[in-house]
Amino acid sequence: MENKRWVISLIAVWTGAIALFLYIPIFSVITSSFGKSRYFRFPVKAWSDKWYDQTLGANLTTDLHLTSFYVAGCVALIAVVLGFFGALAFARYNWRGRQFYQRLIMLPIFFPQAVLGLALLLWFTFVGVLPSWEAAVFAHLVWIVPIVTLVISIQVYGFDAAQEEAAYDLGANRWQAFREVTLPALAPGLFSGALFAFLLSWGNFPLSTFTTGADSTVTEWLYTKMGSGYTPMIPTMGALSVFGAIVILFGGYMFLIVQRRRRLERNE
Amino acid sequence: MVDRAETPAPLIRQPGVGSLLLGWLRSPGVLNATPVLIFFLIGFVGPLVIVLAFSFTPERTFDLGAGFTTENYEHIFTESYYISFIWSFALAGLTVACNLLIGYPIAYGLSKLFGRWAAPVMLVLVIPLFVSENVRLFGWYLFLIKGGGILAGGLKTAFGIDTGTLLYEPGTILMGMIYVYLPFTLFPIVLGLSMVPRDQVEASRDLGASRFQIFREVELPIAMPGILIGALLTFVLAVGAISEAKLLGGQNTPVIAQDIQHEFTYAQNWPLGSAISVLAIVVTGILVVLVMRRLDLDRLLGRR
Repeated sequence: MENKRWVISLIAVWTGAIALFLYIPIFSVITSSFGKSRYFRFPVKAWSDKWYDQTLGANLTTDLHLTSFYVAGCVALIAVVLGFFGALAFARYNWRGRQFYQRLIMLPIFFPQAVLGLALLLWFTFVGVLPSWEAAVFAHLVWIVPIVTLVISIQVYGFDAAQEEAAYDLGANRWQAFREVTLPALAPGLFSGALFAFLLSWGNFPLSTFTTGADSTVTEWLYTKMGSGYTPMIPTMGALSVFGAIVILFGGYMFLIVQRRRRLERNE
Repeated sequence: MVDRAETPAPLIRQPGVGSLLLGWLRSPGVLNATPVLIFFLIGFVGPLVIVLAFSFTPERTFDLGAGFTTENYEHIFTESYYISFIWSFALAGLTVACNLLIGYPIAYGLSKLFGRWAAPVMLVLVIPLFVSENVRLFGWYLFLIKGGGILAGGLKTAFGIDTGTLLYEPGTILMGMIYVYLPFTLFPIVLGLSMVPRDQVEASRDLGASRFQIFREVELPIAMPGILIGALLTFVLAVGAISEAKLLGGQNTPVIAQDIQHEFTYAQNWPLGSAISVLAIVVTGILVVLVMRRLDLDRLLGRR
């Protein structure tokens, strides 16, 4: 397909411009977190990392991040287990009602999140569950399990079920076939599912705000603080979460690449 | 494009004689679907029923047994609440339209032109998605704020131009929403466009189709499921948007999610908040069902 050169360049420039647009606020946050003055003014006259010292030293920072971490960690773990079975039903087996099931479990994704959070709050009150970070885990799962199911499904579609049959023919029992054949083949999907779940939960605000109760996550704290005026701790805390997300994402990406390379080597 | 899931389950063959229902319940598909379905029932269906029930209880009650009334719905239309519906749906519609225009060329580049650069470019576009929305919107606030903001301060230092603030306008909220939801439009379109077979495009070119004809007759119809998913996802998320209006709009522009939050916190009027929610759910729900019926998820996710 001969696409004209200038078309390619034009689209590349457009993509670059939009990528830049996506990073403007992130750079703004990082810039202001290194400003020395109490109030943010651009151009920045003096730089300093004192807000980082102050933020990192505060107990509040640890508490907020630990809450966010507990929530995201539990969400990732549970979502992968549920999503794994969900994905097998979604993509692997052909059963009566599958088409309906596929559409049904997608509904929470296509649902206004603030409304979902509130509905869950009402539900928790009705059932008698107190809002807390554990309740927020449940709330996040309602939205994240369908997403993880989709992510793992993509891997399941590519899985050749004949491999499992071959394992049975060679004398493997159910558990062995699962552990030695199915699980390794689906591992990349499970891993990206967990990564997605963790990061989506880490950054989530609309569901957390209704369901965490007295516990507070990083994003909730930021929202409350932003409403009540500027302090240098806001951009600093924001910048910390930016660094965290980048480290996790790149770590995950590298891990996948190394895994793939190792698998290729083994197959040669 | 063989659909693997359409082949019968290879491991356990149900005889299908005798109790058909029991056989169905024990088929591997149903067994695997059960955990998710139970969770779905507790975590999604239950809450929806409760919201629906609450929306019919009298004003300012916290108890389902307090009686039945439709006055909450009447309030939405007689008082000013419907204005937030107009704002939210208008903003969401505009967000979808802008994102389709912005996203389509990028999606085309990612799926057809960039080749081995597609994966790293994709990663660059994905990373901001994983930074909390609130942090990024706060970044826009810092960028746009009057006097000391990066845009105003930068322009003043570089060119000596004095600009007012761009904050607190409906246009700024729209920009914020375009910004936050662009990836949600973009990636489904990439998925849809990658379903367009190269041969078919070339064949139509050989037969004398112009670039625009190829776009309209070949690419657009085949990529439509992806485009629809992207548009739908963006629309629904934008209808539920809450931080954009608060952080960039300074609460000058009312939106649905803020009304709901207000009723549940300051106003302590759960029934009215529930009624607003139900109305929002019904409108978005109708759209979702209409689009979902047209989709073949197996083809969209399972090709290769």
